[in-house]
Amino acid sequence: MAYKNYCLVCGGTGCNANTGEEIYHELIKKAKELGVENDVQIVKTGCFGFCEKGPIVKILPEEAFYVHVKPSDAEELIKEHIIKGRIVERLHYSEDGQDVQERGKIDDMRFYQKQYRIVLRNCGFINPEDIEEYIGREGYQGLAKALTEMTPDQIIEELKISGLRGRGGAGFPTWMKWNFTKQAQSDVKYIVCNADEGDPGAYMDRSTIEGDPHSVIEAMTIGAKAIGASQGFVYIRAEYPLAIHRLEVAMKQAHEYGLLGKDILGTGFDFEIEIRLGAGAFVCGEETALIASIEGERGIPKPRPPFPAVKGLWGKPTLINNVETYANIPMIILKGGNWFASVGTEKSKGTKVFALTGKIKNSGLVEVPMGTTLREIIYDVGGGIKNGKKFKAVQTGGPSGGVLTADKLDTPIDFDNLVSAGSMMGSGGMIVMNEDDCIVDIVRFYLDFSVDESCGKCSPCRIGGRKLLNILDKIVDGKGEMSDIDKIKEISTAMRRSSLCALGQTTPNPVLSIINLFWEELLAHIKDKKCPAGKCKKLLSFSIVRDTCIGCGVCAKKCPANAIIPENCEPLPGKKKPPYFIDINKCVKCGECLTACKFKSVVKL
Amino acid sequence: MAKLTLADLKKIRDEKNKEMTRRDTDKDVQIIVGMGTCGIAAGAKETFSAFVDELDKSNISDVMVKQTGCMGFCSVEPTVRVTAPQMPDTIYNNVSAEIARRIVKEHIIGKKLVSEYVFDNPSRDIIAQ
Ligand SMILES: Cc1cc2nc3c(=O)[nH]c(=O)nc-3n(C[C@H](O)[C@H](O)[C@H](O)COP(=O)(O)O)c2cc1C
Ligand code: FES
Ligand code: FES
Repeated sequence: MAYKNYCLVCGGTGCNANTGEEIYHELIKKAKELGVENDVQIVKTGCFGFCEKGPIVKILPEEAFYVHVKPSDAEELIKEHIIKGRIVERLHYSEDGQDVQERGKIDDMRFYQKQYRIVLRNCGFINPEDIEEYIGREGYQGLAKALTEMTPDQIIEELKISGLRGRGGAGFPTWMKWNFTKQAQSDVKYIVCNADEGDPGAYMDRSTIEGDPHSVIEAMTIGAKAIGASQGFVYIRAEYPLAIHRLEVAMKQAHEYGLLGKDILGTGFDFEIEIRLGAGAFVCGEETALIASIEGERGIPKPRPPFPAVKGLWGKPTLINNVETYANIPMIILKGGNWFASVGTEKSKGTKVFALTGKIKNSGLVEVPMGTTLREIIYDVGGGIKNGKKFKAVQTGGPSGGVLTADKLDTPIDFDNLVSAGSMMGSGGMIVMNEDDCIVDIVRFYLDFSVDESCGKCSPCRIGGRKLLNILDKIVDGKGEMSDIDKIKEISTAMRRSSLCALGQTTPNPVLSIINLFWEELLAHIKDKKCPAGKCKKLLSFSIVRDTCIGCGVCAKKCPANAIIPENCEPLPGKKKPPYFIDINKCVKCGECLTACKFKSVVKL
Repeated sequence: MAKLTLADLKKIRDEKNKEMTRRDTDKDVQIIVGMGTCGIAAGAKETFSAFVDELDKSNISDVMVKQTGCMGFCSVEPTVRVTAPQMPDTIYNNVSAEIARRIVKEHIIGKKLVSEYVFDNPSRDIIAQ
């Protein structure tokens, strides 16, 4: 029993608020009344992303797209469309000059609508372990073009036109790096893919390799031809076993097909790739530390210059790029630099992949054109804040980045705008916070991460980071003093100026951004010894409201510290049992009692 | 596999491309399971096996079950994309093994969407190419 038609009623927030629910029920009712309930399945779906034209109803297989539908239209839709098979022109969406055939094709999913997928073009579509599926979607065509039709200079010129900047954090123009490495004089050169990805909350490089490993192999091979290398390394952390496995499978298949190894595509060009596993130290993502690690040394940074492009692996010129940077390249070569440059903002071209996490509804992996606003990413793609809470801030750029507040939501994101707004692009972790998050506590977390990951080679980073952390610990424990603010500023300046690598130079960033943006909240911690979000345990206390406590003892049962006991008195008037109270000396401030009490008699102070 | 020449590469591309975009014969039903780390952590391996097993049990052999990387909806994994002729291209969310079996019975055999698990607007071409 198959259905003749599928009728999709938008159940998104916009349409639902606007009689969507009624339309849905009315359609089902009318279909029954008119005896066609076995001909059409009526389904409620998520938002169509076209809310201003809502409520929306779509009928398949005709792909009829009905807009501004009212419950009273249900009968006509069933009678005309389902029974007689005629499109109801009156309700049908049409754009000026659009012919009927083209109508209805505008409806991509809202999640995808503001996205533009270049890096993730194949993720979620192809089987990453089947090279032919990659080839079926234009895979290795860029390589073929680079090997048979282009000179190294032409490849680099195409990158220059594209305006691609490195996605590993700093946004350095990719063509320049390629050009420096190409121009360096040496018989041996290397090409390296940085897949270390250690930022908390970031996983786009891992997902790219898991979903589309060939794009990285193809790009590295193109790079090898451009700079004149015959050996490449992918430095990937051992905690990414699936990505490693998929990369290995892909490399094996590429070998079998003659797309990697000796005499690629019969052009006489040779290129090999080896995988090197990192043990998961954040600093090993820094390029000079990464090089040391591949060489078998301890992964600690070296002063630059000399840059790797001049003196890298084993002293040879080495090109290092990030996974996402590479994943863009096959398409740039195939479709041309101008095509790529048509997407994005003036100084940041193309797209950026973000790992959207935190208190957001659709947490996940998104790729948007540069210039998309934070608001669009968080509200349109991300679906807004979970559980109807209020947006507080968004953290971008990982431990070296900063936090941005609601007044920055309309910032069109690109490398430069994020820096002027007080944060940075970094690798693309985007962590959304709501009113329940304590900003001081979160910043303390990032700082703790940076301090843990410091390689310890230079003292500004090793000692400065530790000192900063001690101060923040003091503040969240309620022992902060106003003079601490000056100390923070002083240490931060010293770290920025004199740390050896960008880890130490950027460690103070999140801390400084709370001084700038969350002054009131910081002050509340230091002066009033209060945590407005109710997160900092030492600044909290719990108490039971005597008048409303019915003495049921549920909270006492939940308390892991046995800190809650009944008062030694008669029941209050109108109550059967005496009220309970919390012994402050025993309380561990876990908050169990708060969630346990059905009568809201436990309060956080 | 012998080493590819430029011509071979183009040939594979054209053939595969046709195969991957073909959606009109009755044979071309595809079930694509998101199997990135996020999907697998949410149980996509069980989902995958359940599809294969249920199809076996129902003696259906012309359905292709495939894996793919992350579709981007990490918060509602496992996610599954089902394409079948004369049916809307559909993405399902939170597809446990049990829901996978329902998808085979209701969507593949019964030609009826499993409404509660439709993730979002089922649309034919999710990304404008
Ligand atoms: C502490 C630290 C960690 C880093 N981690 C990474 C990383 O995980 N992945 C990455 O691609 N780049 C990382 N970088 C940036 C690299 O040093 C380098 O700039 C980048 O790989 C260059 O590639 P791109 O030009 O394609 O951006 C890190 C930098 C620092 C200072
Ligand atoms: S809520 Fe219906 S189109 Fe957005
Ligand atoms: S680890 Fe680089 S400055 Fe400390």
